[in-house]
Formats: sequence, structure tokens, C-alpha cells
Amino acid sequence: MGVVGTSVPRVDGPAKAAGATRYADDLTFPGMLFGRTIRTTVPSGRITGIHLDFDPAGFTVVDRRDIPGANAVLHLTDDQPCLVQDEVRHQAEPVLLLAHADRAALAAASVRLDYVRSEPVLDPLRSPRSHKEILIEAGDLARGFAQADLVVEGEYRTGAQEHAYIEPNAVVALPDERGGVTIHGSIQCPYYVHHALTHLLALPDDRVRVVATELGGAFGGKEDYPSVIAGHAALLALKARRPVKLVYDRAEDMLATTKRHPSVVRHRTGVTRDGRLVAMDIELVLDGGAYVTLSPVVLSRSCLHATGGYRCPNVRVAGRAMFTNTPPNGAFRGFGAPQAQFALEAHMERVADALGMDPARFRLKNVLQPGDTMPTGQRMGDDCSAEAVLREAVRRCGWARKRKSWRGTDRGIGLALFCHGGGFTGSGEARLASRCTIETTERGVRALVAATEMGQGSRTVLAQVVADGLGVPLADVEVAAPDTAVVPNSGPTVASRTSMVVGRILERCALEMRERLGGVAPAVHHRRHGPLAVTKRYEPPPGVSWDDERYRGDAYGTFAWACDVAEVRLDRDTYEVRATKLTLVQEFGRALNPVLARGQIEGGTAQGIGWALTEHVAMREGAMANAQLTDYCIPTTLDTPPLQTHIVENPYPHGACGAKGVGELPMSGPAPAIINALRHLGLDLRELPATPERVMAALDRAARSETR
Amino acid sequence: MSPRRRSKPAGTDSRPPVSFTLNGRAVAVDRHPMARLLDVLREDLGLTGTKEGCGEGECGACTVLLDGRPVCSCLVPLAHARGREVLTIEGLGGDHPLQRAFAEEGGAQCGACTPGMVLAALALPPRPSREQIRRGLAGNLCRCTGYEAIYRAVERQGPAAGGQESADRREPKR
Amino acid sequence: MRPPLSTLALHEPRTLRGALHLLREEAPLAPLAGCTDVFVGFNFGTEKARAFVDLSRLAALRRIRVSEGRLAIGALATYTDLARSRLVRARLPMLAAAAREVGGPQIQHRGTIGGGIANGSPAGDALPVLAAAQATVVLLSVDGERRVPFTSFYTGYRASVRRPDELIGAVEVGPVEGRQWFRKVGTRAAQTISKVVMAAVRSDAPRVALGSVAPTVVRLPRTEAALAAGAGIAEAQRVLAEEISPIDDLRSTAEYRRRVAVNLLGRFWAETGAG
Repeated sequence: MGVVGTSVPRVDGPAKAAGATRYADDLTFPGMLFGRTIRTTVPSGRITGIHLDFDPAGFTVVDRRDIPGANAVLHLTDDQPCLVQDEVRHQAEPVLLLAHADRAALAAASVRLDYVRSEPVLDPLRSPRSHKEILIEAGDLARGFAQADLVVEGEYRTGAQEHAYIEPNAVVALPDERGGVTIHGSIQCPYYVHHALTHLLALPDDRVRVVATELGGAFGGKEDYPSVIAGHAALLALKARRPVKLVYDRAEDMLATTKRHPSVVRHRTGVTRDGRLVAMDIELVLDGGAYVTLSPVVLSRSCLHATGGYRCPNVRVAGRAMFTNTPPNGAFRGFGAPQAQFALEAHMERVADALGMDPARFRLKNVLQPGDTMPTGQRMGDDCSAEAVLREAVRRCGWARKRKSWRGTDRGIGLALFCHGGGFTGSGEARLASRCTIETTERGVRALVAATEMGQGSRTVLAQVVADGLGVPLADVEVAAPDTAVVPNSGPTVASRTSMVVGRILERCALEMRERLGGVAPAVHHRRHGPLAVTKRYEPPPGVSWDDERYRGDAYGTFAWACDVAEVRLDRDTYEVRATKLTLVQEFGRALNPVLARGQIEGGTAQGIGWALTEHVAMREGAMANAQLTDYCIPTTLDTPPLQTHIVENPYPHGACGAKGVGELPMSGPAPAIINALRHLGLDLRELPATPERVMAALDRAARSETR
Repeated sequence: MSPRRRSKPAGTDSRPPVSFTLNGRAVAVDRHPMARLLDVLREDLGLTGTKEGCGEGECGACTVLLDGRPVCSCLVPLAHARGREVLTIEGLGGDHPLQRAFAEEGGAQCGACTPGMVLAALALPPRPSREQIRRGLAGNLCRCTGYEAIYRAVERQGPAAGGQESADRREPKR
Repeated sequence: MRPPLSTLALHEPRTLRGALHLLREEAPLAPLAGCTDVFVGFNFGTEKARAFVDLSRLAALRRIRVSEGRLAIGALATYTDLARSRLVRARLPMLAAAAREVGGPQIQHRGTIGGGIANGSPAGDALPVLAAAQATVVLLSVDGERRVPFTSFYTGYRASVRRPDELIGAVEVGPVEGRQWFRKVGTRAAQTISKVVMAAVRSDAPRVALGSVAPTVVRLPRTEAALAAGAGIAEAQRVLAEEISPIDDLRSTAEYRRRVAVNLLGRFWAETGAG
């Protein structure tokens, strides 16, 4: 009878459809100035001169000497400067900040930088140093290969991917009279920004306030980057003693901000002749860019998903995130898992091919079952539905018939089996020690969490969880704006953790409050007895343990599972590949709101299709050369096929109301499914995006090998 | 010696304000004729529902209806609005059936593309087919939905997604 | 970064005559119509002009009509006008097809054929159509009209014979004998700049024009001659492969452009065959 599990309309829907929702660039404040960032135009070297060729009247100019605290953007490490110290490590690195009341004057200001250039490192495979290395081992690799009847090797590559959220990065910084600052901005993780700013500005916690405005899309691109732009705006605002709005136009956003890590993954796999995996040796290289930022965590997730849904007793995963002289790469939906699983699924297809086995049958033979273990030693429980989603996808798409009848035509069908671990890796959730609060109000209750609404529907879903936990109508539940002055730190809005982990803490708060209310409506209780608040902390699920040193144990509380089937058509005149239909079978515990869950699946799938076919970041001299939406091509309505979504339920007892995470899961399926459909057509492609130019080359190779 | 000028260029000191109809109401804006209509709407007229996603006419987030036709307001100079009818998302009033459909069918996630998308959908032919919807919305990028829920929202509305003819006839909300 | 508005001037003549006088007397003035290229050019710093003459209100330049058997398309006809025009669909369907592929609906409602010709992008979608149709560009000035064959209009990359005091008034096309064909290949299905764009006419005197394979739109006289001589499509494709010199750029490669152009010729031939 509750609202969880029903498709209540999203609470912010009417305002968004009315155009009434206010995003960061819609905000204005009295006396507000506009900010601008002066950036490097070489990938490496030293700055030897800065020349300001404009009339300084009305301008505020900030350089690194204006930084009160540490010149660092603090996250996991402090190696990234907020403003270039003097060594340039990438193109578009911020050097100087300007502010002015008149945007035309601001834009016209001419600044010249002199450099001594040095040879940049642009190839991660040739880089002299890593940001992080990880090794995961299970069993005995040499013995495994000794048992193999067949060994298949391959190298797979993925390029960077740009988030292309429709709302570019934007913040407004407001100084207060006591030297503190408030930030309003398009920010996924207000507490990350808070942490970075107290360090940058040498301010105590209570003098920095960060409020996340409604986000016009994020996908990870506003996870750690906002600490950079907010720091810049804050420095300008504090120096000018005026509010400062700093908004990137599309070109600057694409040029300067984080992207998905490019990857090179090498597989060497041993199988027995009846199709059993006995050895998997995986080398995984990510291009981290110039600073550490999130690379260690992306690498971690990548390595932990490197063997995906397969059982194999002898495994080695050696991963490294490399330094290059490019803008640091960062979080993007999937966070390393799509890269690892693209390589894995493309490779498994080749193994199946080499064995002469149907790809689905090969996967079924090796798929993880409850009781099996992953390479870290994590034992699968009943929450592992890898086999179920695989079987369901095959059943729904007419697999066998199409595999047979499309052979030799311009159509292909291929699948990918994939997963996504929910929440932070390993002991990450315990370290975050997230806290949530529910308090009574005049009208009902208010949930206080740091989770931000970026379109995924968290504001609505969390309200649903609280409403059912309390046994009150949805309309009585409000989710407070994510303001660090008001809400506790429930952790960042990342890692598909918001419904599952944050929701679960809220659920526990609601259940306790329900008891304490004793049947009295919250508003009534509030009027009679004053405010009642319940706060709870994260509790790890029972029986979950992780060893950070040895990288063994339960990497995630649970995994969500999915299988995508892609049907494609090849145009042999233009070498264009069109996806004609995708069948998506996805299990993420329970759909707390089916319409919103479907939205995540369909949206993530469209991004996966773009990553597979049209989204190409063209790097020239360490910078994105196609930094405009004309030339960085995300899918339009005419580029996306019909999507048939089927949600499989398998409630997870430790997630809110049975939920696992769903936000990122869909990202990892489309690209390998499409590549495997192309393999069905006879094309051996091992790199994303599978542009028509690359398809043409693959067709040529196929033709040459036929004539040999 | 050059003949007498026939017209003084706008953009000099003495320029008449640009008058046009905005969401059914007459307005006059005193700003440079080459100012982007997008900036005029957002800054001079305080209507922030129209968004800037790219400034290059690629994303459609800045879409408004100009005499009933969807255009990218980031590419329209203020001078071109003179004497014309401009409809922005605010002009729909908030409870237009198409807006309700978007809100309820999952057609809006982050909402950044939504104002432009709703207006472009408003200009579709009556009872559009799925193919007509896809073609009519091909100039509006969405990064959140994968478009499927947008199609469902538009299809739910059927005849309410009006065409050029309906746009001319419709009484704009105040 | 966009130029400051204070540096821009816009003349808004009420009549065509007024516009032509301004172009002569207030030169240099850049004509402005749909503004889709000009404003993008401001953004990327490629548009250097600062003084403009707004043609958008000159209704006389927007008409599409037939006069003495020739289709006359006013320079201000938008791509939407072209796609919907009964006359264009009947007489020059490959132009209607091209118009539907320009950008997306918003761009089609504003961009004009005259603007496209003046912009002279090597990738302009409608330009191969005009080349294959043997169109004539009608240039207007205070001195009167000047007609230039479209195939002689461009002198180089984004350069043409249009004098600074001339306007593109219209483009005229005589009756096109034969079957018309058009195909655009881009990075995605909408809102895309072409990698290869071809317009062709099949008749006893076949015509083939390509965009995005040279600094300007080009006709392919040797390929046309091969087709006209009955050489067969395979031979014509060989000739085409040698006749064009596409380049590698941010969007695509020379090899891809060449191969696709060759394939499109084959597709044109197959689809316009007898039947």
C-alpha cells in the first residue's frame, strides 16, 4: 500500500516542465561580478611571463599569491594546484582569474602568457610514472594456463568520453563580512567542495557554506571538478568583496574539465576445449591525466570489474593509472567498470569464437552462480542474478534464430553480460561514515541529506522511502536542499549509492521515528512537543569485510547485474553502423520508482551507444580539438534505437526497501553488445568508438583474411 | 562625396527599442539589435526558463517559438524579434497538458533540455507519429533520458502537441 | 569569445534598393539573413565582420516561383521553405532532400539558401545540389543584375566572385532532365556537418557534384564523362577515385571520404537505374 515500488511522478517534474527550476546560471545577486579563467595553451613547460594587456579599471585579478591557504584542490591528494604554481602540466590549466561587472569588458581583456615548453607525455603506455597501481591475484595463473587447451589474447582500447551535460559547470560565490564564503553551484557533492575550500582558503568549517543548486545533468562530471571552479569563484569573490558568478561556456567546459579515463586493456585467457575458463591474465592501463584526482578509485573499480560475471579459479589483474600531460580525467557514470567490461565482453566473444561456441552458451558455462567467488574472494549469494539476466535476455530477443538467419547479411546481433558494484569500494562506505537526519516540521517531516538531485530522481525516491518508513503520505515528506550549513554529510552523490546506501540510513531513521511518534502524525507531534529529530550513521551490512592492504574480501556489499542485446545494421556504402534495437534486462534489487528507474536505464544506455559509435574526443597536443557540440557528437533522437527494457527484481536485504544501485549499471552494456553484434557481422573491432572509418578498416581486414 | 545616408545603423546612440510580442504581451527592449535574443530573454526580461547549453545552435536548449516556429534563440539577434511573436516556456503557464505529460512520464530528468524540448514538441504536427516526433525533436539534445520517455510524453498528449496552425490559433497563457 | 556588442553595427534597410545602396556606400558591410552562421562565427572567432546589413525583412527576396520555365528561388528562402515548397519538391526534389538534412528543425527554420551560398562552406549540404543542377546565381547591386553560373561562383576556399557591394538575390535552375539523387553522410543522423555529400542527376548527360572533398563544392567532369560515354559504373568509380583529393581532418579521413564517395556513386547509379 505504500509508495515505494510505484511510479509516483517526480516531485520536481512540474517546475522543470514549467521552466521555473533555477539552476546556478539563473541566480543573480546584487553587485554580482562575472568571472573568467585564463588558461595555459601548452601541455607542459614553465610559465615565464604573464602580461596583462588591458585597462585594469573595474577588474579584480587573482593569481596564486592571493590564495590564503594551500594552493591545492584537495581531494584524495593535494598534488593538483588551484592555480598553476609555475610548472605547467596540461593544456587549459588555470593560471589567472579575472572578474568584472561587465561581461563584454571581461571577455575583451587580453592576457598573454610566455612559456618555456617541454616535451609532453601524451601516451599512457609510454608514461614514466603512475598515479596508482593495483594487483589482484587468485589461484595460480601458471597452473591455470597449463590446464588450458586454448589461449586467446587481445588488446582493447577505449577513448575518452565527455559528459556533455546540457548545463555546463557554473557556480556563484558570495563573500560574507567575516571573511567566509558561500557557494551556490552545480555540484554533485557539496561536502567535497566544502573540504577543498576550507583547505584552499584556510577557513574553519563553519565559515564555508556550500549549497548545491539543481543540477542540469552531471554523470560524474560535477563530482570532483566543482572543487576547482568553486575555489576559483571563491578567490575572486573574497578579493573583490563582491559576489562572483563563474560559468563556463561549452567550449571551455569541454576543453578544461574531466573526462572518462581512456583505457588499454590486454587479456590473455586460457580455456579448456569444452569451454571452461581456467586462466585470466588481465593488464589494465588507464590514462589519468596530469594529476591524481580520482584515478586511484577509478582504477580500483576497473580492476574489481575486470572479470565481470565469470568464474575462473586462476586470475591476475594488474592495473595502473598513468600520468600524462592532459587535463585530469575523472568520474563518469560507470567509473572504470565500463572500460573493464568493454574489454572483457569483447574478449569473451573472441574466446567463444575460437572455441566455435555460441557466445551465450559460452557465457552460461562460466557465469557466476551463488556460491562462486570473484577473484578477490567475494562469495556470491542469492543476490547474484548473472545467470538469470543472461537467460532472460537470450529468451526475449530471439537470439538463436537471429544468430543463424542474419549470418552473412548486413545485420548483426550481439550481447554483453555485465555488473556494477553498489556503493563505495571496499571499506569506502565505512570510511565515509555517512549520516542522515529526519526531523519533524509544521507540515510533516524533512529529510536532511547531502545527496543532490541531478535528474536521477533522488529527491523523489528518498522521499518515497521516508514516507513508507514513517507510514505517512508522500506529500508530507520534504527533502531539504543540500546545504552544508543545514544537512549532515551523507556522503557524495556517486557510486550508485544514493538509493541503496543513503536511502537505507533514511529508512532506519524513519522506522525509529515512527516508533517514537507512537501513531501521532509528525506535524501534530511537532506542534505539541516541538521538533523531533532522528539521526543515524551508516552501518555496514553484516558479514561484509574487506582488506585494503591485500585487496581481498568483499569489494562491494552487492552487485547489480544486467545483460544487453544489441541488434545493428551496417551500411556497406558509408560504413555507418546503426543500432536498430536494444534489449535491456537489468536487475538492481528492486525498482523503488519504475518510471525513474527506467529513465536511468534508457539514459545510461543512450550514453553507452554514443560511447560505442559516435563520441570521439579528438586529442591534439594534449587538448580536445573538437571541443564543441557540433563536432563532439552525442546521440540525437535519430541516433537512438527503440529500447526494450525489462526489469528483473531480486530484493537486496541491506539496501533501502530492497534496492541496489541503478544509476551506473546501464552504462557498461551497450558498447560491448554493439561490438559483439559487429563481430557477428564478421568485423573484428577492438576500439571505441567504432566509427565508420574504423569499421571500414575492419571490413578491409576481413576481406583480406578471406582472400588469404 | 558620399550621398546622404538612407538609414542610420542601429547600434549607435539613438536607437528605438525593439518591440515584439512576448508570451502574448507587448514588450519593448532597449538593447543593441545584435544582442542575442537568448540574453535579452534571460537578462533584460528576467525569463530564465530558456537555457544556454552551447551557444552554437547545436543543443536546442535555448529553443523558443518565433511566429510559431522553433528557433535557437542563441542565434537570433534581437532585431529579428521586432514585430514578431515570441513564445518562451514561461508562456505556457506551467500546466499545459504537454508540460504535465513531461512531468509525469519521465520526460524531464535534470530539466535542462526540457523547456526547449517542450517548445519544439509544441510545434509538431497534430497526432504525430513516432517518426515525426523523432524528426521534429532532432534539434534538441537530451543527455539524461535517451529520448524514450520524451516520446511517451508527447504521444500521451496526441492532439495537444499542436502544429504551426495550432500555434497561430492558440491563446497564449498570461 | 564573442565581439563586444558596442563594436557591432546593424543597418536595417526597408527596401532592397536601400540595401543595395548601403552595400555600395557603407562598404564593407556583411549581409545578414538567418544569422545561423554569423552568430556561430562570432563564438569561434571566425566571423571578422563588424558591420552588417539585415536582409531578413526583404520579402521580395524570399519568393520561390517559376518564371519562363526556370525555377527562381529567392536568396532568403529558408531550408524549411525549400523542403515544403511544392515547386521545389516537384522540380528540384534533391534540393528539398538536402534542405531536410541541414542541421535540425531550428536551423532549417532560420538558415537561408542565400546564406548557405554566401558562406561557401565546403561541406554545405545544398551546394552540391546547385552544382549538379547547373544553377545560376543572380547577383544584385545598384548597377543591376549579374548572373553567374554556380559552377563558376567559387574561386577558392570560402571565396567567390561576389563583389563586396553585391547581394545574392536568387538562385535559378532550369528544368533538370533526368533522375535526381542526393545523399549526405555525417557523424550522426541529425545536426551534423557532412563528411561526404553528393548530389547527382542521371540522364544522357549525367552530372555529379560532391561536397566535403575539396576546398569548395566540386563537379566531377571526368566522372561525368565516363558515365556519359557508357563506360559502366565500375570504371566511373575508378575515375572518381582519382578525380577527387579529399583530406584528413578532425571529422574524417581522406581514405574514408574517397571510398564513400566511390560507393555513393554506385548507389546513385543503382537507385536511378531504369525502372
